[in-house]
Amino acid sequence: MKKELTGVYTVWLRDIKRYFRDKPRIIGSFAQPILFLFVLGTGIASSFSVFGGGGGEDFLNFMFPGIVGMTVLFTSFFSAMSIVWDREFGFLREILVAPVSRTSIVVGKLLGGSTIAMIQGSIILLFAPFLKIPITFVIFFKELGIMFLVAMTISTMGIILASVIKSMQAFQVITNFLLMPMFFLSGALFPLNQTVKWMNIVSKINPLSYGIDAMRFVLLNDASLQLYPLWLDIIILVFLVLALSVIGAFLFNRQD
Amino acid sequence: MNNSDIDNNVIEVENLVKEFRGLRAVDDISFSVKKNEIFGFLGPNGAGKTTTINMICTLLSKTSGKITLSGHDVSKERNKIRSCIGMVFQDPSLDDRLTALENLHFHGLLYNIPRRVLKKRAEEVLEMVNLTSRKNSLVMTYSGGMKRRLEIARGLLHYPEVLFLDEPTLGLDPQTRNKIWDYIIKLKKSKEITIFLTSHYMEETEICDRIAIIDRGKIIALDTPENLKNKIGGDIITLISENNIKLKEYIKNITGAEAHSEKEDRIRFEVKDSSRFIPKLIKDSPVKILSITARKPTLNDVFLDLTGREIREENANSIDNMRMRMRGRTRH
Repeated sequence: MKKELTGVYTVWLRDIKRYFRDKPRIIGSFAQPILFLFVLGTGIASSFSVFGGGGGEDFLNFMFPGIVGMTVLFTSFFSAMSIVWDREFGFLREILVAPVSRTSIVVGKLLGGSTIAMIQGSIILLFAPFLKIPITFVIFFKELGIMFLVAMTISTMGIILASVIKSMQAFQVITNFLLMPMFFLSGALFPLNQTVKWMNIVSKINPLSYGIDAMRFVLLNDASLQLYPLWLDIIILVFLVLALSVIGAFLFNRQD
Repeated sequence: MNNSDIDNNVIEVENLVKEFRGLRAVDDISFSVKKNEIFGFLGPNGAGKTTTINMICTLLSKTSGKITLSGHDVSKERNKIRSCIGMVFQDPSLDDRLTALENLHFHGLLYNIPRRVLKKRAEEVLEMVNLTSRKNSLVMTYSGGMKRRLEIARGLLHYPEVLFLDEPTLGLDPQTRNKIWDYIIKLKKSKEITIFLTSHYMEETEICDRIAIIDRGKIIALDTPENLKNKIGGDIITLISENNIKLKEYIKNITGAEAHSEKEDRIRFEVKDSSRFIPKLIKDSPVKILSITARKPTLNDVFLDLTGREIREENANSIDNMRMRMRGRTRH
């Protein structure tokens, strides 16, 4: 057992080490959220007054948790998908031939990706005061907990895909056909309860919707923006993490 | 096979088969590797060398057959086998965003080496492959040969019983290749360890105690390099003459050896004692001989003798080139 825990720790440690070493990645990972928030967000907010209606500032506040969610989504997904990278560059064999169970490798990878996603998400939270969103320590740690659940959900999806997909070419396809739709249909950028029916339905099968919903409620404490009760969001996320990680571990175990 | 033989064997492979979509990559092979020997797998690319190694080291499931390593069954005790083998894969398997020391540290943790021991051993193996001065550099900055040496060092870190070296010199320049072999020979002298290596460079496997020649998924010969070469009837003579057909007949009459035609109008045959044969041939030959060379047989000749093909012809150069490129590739 101790051996397996060491295995989990080792795989986790490698991801963390590589993350802190990769300065361009850290800097680059701010660029996108900031662009979305302050350029796209501000632009859309000011367009409200052109087309009638107010609430521009409210919109930026609405969008902010969505951008935190976006950061968590992309970070954790790409961290988990780095398995494809490791396979391509051979390092995966070094891990697979070690006397550590595949399940421990999967758990280490999940925790590594989630840790990095939580770090990235927390950094975005630092911008909350600019939008006059009050953050206390309690809110921060609650938000961190939700981020962890979302990151784990997305990481397990990444592991599953990485076990099935063997080439790096498929990577781009997944980004365009899975990740972006997941992001757009998660309620991160616009409220889902007011949109057309099909969007509403699709958003219900999108794991990220529940994560964004929970993040938004914890951060803004505004029941009018809520889609589901917080407890339901959490239960669904926990269930997804458990179910998907069993599938992920199974698929990862199965590969030759 | 008596009992003491079995005790002396580290690896036992019986009737091993691997099929990929109906294609037999490894076709019912059996062999055993003795304790503390250097055992070589020799054969062209695609002969089944790596597939066999991957099955022994638990990375690939077998279709049928039996493999035991150090008494452990490969299909039942994977983790036990994994902790007593060291691997140097055909393609690089280092994390080049980490330093040499960090790569070793990672390895040590995975193999459950206690921290204090790990530190000492890392120094020890780095010293062995002469990388101590570069231990804190990112692996990205290493040359191909240095990466290989680091991989060998890493493979030894947990003191494995068997070290697998899958094409350890593939894609390296000749000078670096020689160096890698020097390290392997040095290692063999300084440690009690079984080495299982594969290569398609014939001359490189001469350092092996025993060699299995593998072709199209089957073992076609297994013996010491000396014995394998002795199976060829003496020295190899290649010559060019004015009339090869006539000369072939003549040679067959006086030596009984069958001469084969080769590229550029050369013919080739084997004789027991070339130093006495050549002067006599030149004097008595019915046709004029334009050039003649004699040499001791190599393992390449053994392969040619057994299969009728040269191993080099089989080596799709494109694959080698692709590997070279892979090796030089860096992450984006």
